[in-house]
Amino acid sequence: MSTKRIEISRTGDVSVVRFQDRKILDEAAIQELGAELTALVDVDNRKAILLDFDGVEFLSSAALGKLITFDRKVKTAKGRMKMCGISPGILEVFQVTKLHKVFDIRGDAAEAIAAF
Amino acid sequence: MADNTPTEWRRSFELPSERGASRLVTDELLAQLSQHGWSADDVFAIHLAAEEALVNAVVHGNRLDLAKIVYVDCQVTPHVVRLEVTDEGEGFDPARVPDCTLEERLAQPGGRGMMLMRSFMTRVAYNPRGNSVVLEKRRGVPPEATD
Repeated sequence: MSTKRIEISRTGDVSVVRFQDRKILDEAAIQELGAELTALVDVDNRKAILLDFDGVEFLSSAALGKLITFDRKVKTAKGRMKMCGISPGILEVFQVTKLHKVFDIRGDAAEAIAAF
Repeated sequence: MADNTPTEWRRSFELPSERGASRLVTDELLAQLSQHGWSADDVFAIHLAAEEALVNAVVHGNRLDLAKIVYVDCQVTPHVVRLEVTDEGEGFDPARVPDCTLEERLAQPGGRGMMLMRSFMTRVAYNPRGNSVVLEKRRGVPPEATD
């Protein structure tokens, strides 16, 4: 399945989400991204979701907000979400904001999938 | 070999208060940072802080009011980057912005822009009214404590 902002594949029971944008900062794009992520849970009823940030160079605090909202939605639906492929710069953003305590962050996709 | 690194770039912008306006500044700013020899890590930091300041001015300061302008002054040298972002809003008191890293606030979707600016820039200073912010990055100098 391919959408505007994300590309979704499956590995076993895990839905792997990859981002189409190298920079996630445009407000309209972030709204679309949020809607597409939300549909994974609300429409497709996916329970194991991996957000693979490989290739993403930049995200703004507005994008962080969308990720927090999505994480909450997945947990409310009794699903699990993990993240991987995070660049050193974005990892620093997560650490500065302490969001590395909220999100389950793994190294690469193989490690993350094995941890579900 | 001659050093072709430019010595200084200065430019002022007047941005409309609409979403996406920040790119009018950041596209040129990023090109100038590269030309002035700033590292990829520093470019990331400056881009992040600039984006947060510009979006704050457009969305929270001018509240997307198209009758209002965001004024931006940029200066880039090989050693210092300085941005001054001023909106036409009422201003705010940065001391009253809650700490987004408190345990009870971690799950809140908003309120991280100011912390990111302070963490990634050397100096962040607001005017007394709170409608103008100066962001400074000095090469090789870590962030200083700000009020």
